[in-house]
Amino acid sequence: MVFDIPTKFAGIELNNPIIVASGILGLSQSIFKRLEKIGVGAIVSKSISIKPRDGYRNPTIVALGNNNWLNAVGLANPGAEAFAKEIANNSVPLFVSLVGSNVSEYIQIVEKIKNHNILGFELNLSCPHVEKMGMEIGDDPKLVSDIIRSIKTKTSKPLFVKVGIGKTDVIHIAKTAENSGADGVTAINTIRAMKIDITNRCPILENKIGGLSGIALKSIGVRCVYELYKSIKIPIIGCGGIQNYEDVIEYVMAGATAVQVGSMIGTYGINSIQRLAKDLKVYLEAKKYDSLRELIGVAHR
Amino acid sequence: MHIDKNILRIVRIKKTREETPSVKTLIFDDYLSHNAKPGQFLMVWIPQKEEIPLSVMISNSQGEAAITIRKKGLASTSLFNLVEGETIGIRGPYGNSFSTDPGFKHRLLIGGGTGLVPLVRLLNHTKNSDIFSTIIVGARSKSELFFIDLISHIMQDRQFELLIATDDGSIGFKGYPTELLDNIVEKDPKIDMVYTCGPELMMKGVYEIISKKTIQLEASVERYMKCGIGICSSCSINDKLVCVDGTVFNKGQISKLSEFGRFYRNKSGILDSY
Repeated sequence: MVFDIPTKFAGIELNNPIIVASGILGLSQSIFKRLEKIGVGAIVSKSISIKPRDGYRNPTIVALGNNNWLNAVGLANPGAEAFAKEIANNSVPLFVSLVGSNVSEYIQIVEKIKNHNILGFELNLSCPHVEKMGMEIGDDPKLVSDIIRSIKTKTSKPLFVKVGIGKTDVIHIAKTAENSGADGVTAINTIRAMKIDITNRCPILENKIGGLSGIALKSIGVRCVYELYKSIKIPIIGCGGIQNYEDVIEYVMAGATAVQVGSMIGTYGINSIQRLAKDLKVYLEAKKYDSLRELIGVAHR
Repeated sequence: MHIDKNILRIVRIKKTREETPSVKTLIFDDYLSHNAKPGQFLMVWIPQKEEIPLSVMISNSQGEAAITIRKKGLASTSLFNLVEGETIGIRGPYGNSFSTDPGFKHRLLIGGGTGLVPLVRLLNHTKNSDIFSTIIVGARSKSELFFIDLISHIMQDRQFELLIATDDGSIGFKGYPTELLDNIVEKDPKIDMVYTCGPELMMKGVYEIISKKTIQLEASVERYMKCGIGICSSCSINDKLVCVDGTVFNKGQISKLSEFGRFYRNKSGILDSY
């Protein structure tokens, strides 16, 4: 079943603009096929590192209520070698998310996967910075630029950069990405947050600090997309707290070309993606819009 | 009042019961878990240690719930060492459950180790039905056997037979529980339903025996889990997510799960073989 809301950007054509965000159902080819059948526009894989990573010990996810979640999985993933094998016969619209701690790692992963049948890559910049303690890769514009430029010399496949609320301004990083040759940005990533159990007087997550996702993120995500739309020309994929078609429309009106979902699936299940695509299509038809494109950035006047 | 089952609930250990020197049952108050269906599981957090999925065990009093663990890894050993008054966090119950269709005439339950937990819960939930029950319990040896008295107590006044298989023959049949199963289904044509939970290779053996018959089958499958809510894929088996699509799968579903009894995903998500 495909809910056709043709979506084109960065040389890519999707059946609809609903993309499953990185970290969500992102490591099994069989699950990818199921998601495709349900009607997703595309899937972003779990962030793949050069070596396999077990991630943090559980608890890696904490429910905060009201469809808000906190997670610190610790970038658990099978590594480039095993994942390249997993998607060797890939037939679904797939972006591969990349994570590394330096330019060379990113390049090595791209080399292993670039000839696979995938749509493109997404850069996860939330890996700890090796040289600058307490910082993430994404906080260092120079490093971000180097990574993007290096990847672009190795592959012609579209490269998206996932940006967020870090120590360096989101617009600054997005502009850096654009100037370095990125084909688009995904905004926004989760925001660092914490939950403490007052009975046992300790943070619940094994890693203590995690990433906040869900409804609480939405208005921040919409604001970021709105500001980015004014600052950059490359397409923006909106992400953060989307629960229903109205949220998708909001992101699109702020300037997003497509959207990513994640936490919604935790609350409403895997089939909620189908409902979202269906509702979006019904809305566009009811409003007599020929395509979602007509609505991109209309909130800017 | 609606309770969001995903939000961690801190509960105090009321009682502990030693089942064997390495197996313990922990009892606590929790309304949601008390009403869990047979086969459902909880995500259990031991503060500052770890969180693991555990099948919901039965408990006697209204509003009470229990879990049974064998000490093995960090989480289960930490749980085993807890004493009355200490607290744990729980969320759930999650997952589907064994079907309790009263249409069956003769059911057979086969399990081993802590895999017996959901089977015991199933027996307890359906103890008022007239179904004849054959129960096969497998263990390495007599000293590692548990729940035998409990099962006999639940099934008192009911028509049932309880068979034991041990690897070393220290009690009951000497051999695998699946050997007993094979003998029974060959002899007894009345069995129409088999439930199983335990080591996956044992369950694979059960499936292979049952697949050739017209008997129905339900197996509760175990996988490494992180989220418990169907978003991380850690527990995926083919295109199914054990935490939300399972943990119970029927014969038709299992026949399509080529990874069943052969592969599982490790902590990093790599497909490893058994």
